[in-house]
Amino acid sequence: MRRDRIIFETVRTTLTILIALLIGYVILLFATDKANEAFKWFLLGPLSTKRRIVELLNRTTPLIFTGLAVSVVFQAEIFNIGAEGQLFFGAVAATFAALYFPHIKFLQIILVMLFAMAAGGAWAAVPAYMKAKWNASELVSSLMMNYVAFFFGLYLVNYHMRDVNAGALVSYRFPRTAWLPRMLRRYNLHPGILIAIGFALLVWFFLYRTKYGYELRMVGKNKEFARFSGIKVENVVIYSQIISGMIAGLAGAIELMGLYKRFVWQMTPGYGFDGIIVALLARNNPLMVIPAALFISYLRTGSYVMGRMTGIAPEIVVMLQAIMILLITAEAFLAFWKRRMIEKSAMSREE
Amino acid sequence: MNEVIKSILSAQFFYSVLRVTTPVLFAALGALLSDVAGVINIALEGLMLMSAFWGVMVSAWTGSAWIGLLAGVTSAVLLSLALAYFHLNLKTDLILAGIALNMFASGSTVFLLYLFSGDKGSSSSVKSYVLPNVDIPGIKNIPILGDILSGHHVLTYIAFLSVFVVQYLIYKTPLGLRMRAVGENPNAAQSVGISVKRIKYTSLVLSGLMAGLGGAFLSMGYVSWFARDMTNGRGFIGLAAQALGGKSAYGSMWGALLFGAAEATSYTLQAIRIPSEFTNMLPFIFTIIALIIYARAKIMQIKKIREKQTSHEEVGL
Repeated sequence: MRRDRIIFETVRTTLTILIALLIGYVILLFATDKANEAFKWFLLGPLSTKRRIVELLNRTTPLIFTGLAVSVVFQAEIFNIGAEGQLFFGAVAATFAALYFPHIKFLQIILVMLFAMAAGGAWAAVPAYMKAKWNASELVSSLMMNYVAFFFGLYLVNYHMRDVNAGALVSYRFPRTAWLPRMLRRYNLHPGILIAIGFALLVWFFLYRTKYGYELRMVGKNKEFARFSGIKVENVVIYSQIISGMIAGLAGAIELMGLYKRFVWQMTPGYGFDGIIVALLARNNPLMVIPAALFISYLRTGSYVMGRMTGIAPEIVVMLQAIMILLITAEAFLAFWKRRMIEKSAMSREE
Repeated sequence: MNEVIKSILSAQFFYSVLRVTTPVLFAALGALLSDVAGVINIALEGLMLMSAFWGVMVSAWTGSAWIGLLAGVTSAVLLSLALAYFHLNLKTDLILAGIALNMFASGSTVFLLYLFSGDKGSSSSVKSYVLPNVDIPGIKNIPILGDILSGHHVLTYIAFLSVFVVQYLIYKTPLGLRMRAVGENPNAAQSVGISVKRIKYTSLVLSGLMAGLGGAFLSMGYVSWFARDMTNGRGFIGLAAQALGGKSAYGSMWGALLFGAAEATSYTLQAIRIPSEFTNMLPFIFTIIALIIYARAKIMQIKKIREKQTSHEEVGL
């Protein structure tokens, strides 16, 4: 039965991806007369040069983090979609910590990360507390918190940490003690991806091997049952969102310390919402988040390479992600096939 | 500080409250129309964005703002139908489908904007048309009131008229009755022969219609161009405004006006050199505080009812 389900989910996911790619190809046919060339860059671009492979890996890092952050709350059946704001605010906090905390080698990196995690966690705690205490919809409040994080963060950076000599709206450059080391000599591959994979293992352990993780999953499966079996549901509602916010906040810190070495965003980078599709592809399983993030990063990188080579707007990939979300969560999609499979296995058992 | 108070008490301020309330009010009515039938329409944000985009594009192509409006609203209704199809036929999770459609609207409008105009930020290079402002004869000449109420964008008037239309539709027509029945208890509605699916489809289409009007206002009235992600959370704020107003169109209107006032205040504050980043977040903080107050009041209400019940029981004993 379990094996059947895995086969079914795998086939469904693969089919979803193929359909989305097909739709992408059709859109390209309408958009350009060089559709074949554009599509080739889109599919193979990320592997075409060493630099692009590095780009692919670096882009995977924040997606693993946000994918994990979303998985944690989704496993508890909580619709906190504030990862975007938590990441953004975590990055702002990281900027503060990188500029003003004592510049001590190695130690400062750790402090910046912890500070960003605290900021992200605090940001997530607001909708969490509102939900637990007053039963206010975490969906609307976490969305509102995204906008507050964005504007408040921009205010802090543009008015208090802005480098006026930089020629663009960016913060001061971080001191070297707040740079993540390079892993390759010629390319800027930063160790964020290793930290991200480490966190995936950690989150897996938390969810499947600890009491708190078990309680979290129980609340997600059946809230009332969890309550009757003595789980303090309100606590779970709060700590699941705080943990999720901490992971998202950390993503912001690593992105800045690893890639940009300063705060550079005047628009929100979108990783939080990408985290939703990563979590859905991974069926909220922390270990599956790693390949799912790699896949989404591959699509993203492909779309940028295509954009640079052929002048097609890379935003096409956002449409494809939307289509994938719709198909993956469509329960009735391929349901007839699932039913037949269940019937078949039931019949064979009877014999 | 005196300056702020003075400008808030001016006719101009109230005029701008009505102006900035318009898109939020449309979104709130859209949220209401789907909410009474038991559907949370998270996609309002994307529907508005879609309409804002197609309104500008089609008006530029045809040279007519009204055809642009029609195209914008149609695009929002179509996207709303897509939401209905995925949710009702393919059993997609409603919230995730809404998020997906918001992503789709955001991505597709930027993609197409670049394709059509070569610009990714805004449609300023496209010559599009705006819908007219309307003076109301009679009211126009009354001193202060005329300054506040007259000379608004035609969609602003439609928005406030829609409040009464929507209220009438929900509470005085057979369709409204069915929508409420489906929202209240779909199984009971089904058992008396109401097609739950059809009613939900209808309410989502009406919801899309409202969102479409709100989106068109943004790009064909509020400003005269389309900019990427120009809805900027107004669809979500509309959702919150409706949540505060409960199941009544008048409530939604008051909710929307509250945010309109917050937004108008934030512009006034910008005039006295408070950073725009700071003032821009006020409506959102306001929403959060309003949500907390509302949720608390609701809990108190439930508690009170329970207390009453238990005291009645004691008397009964």
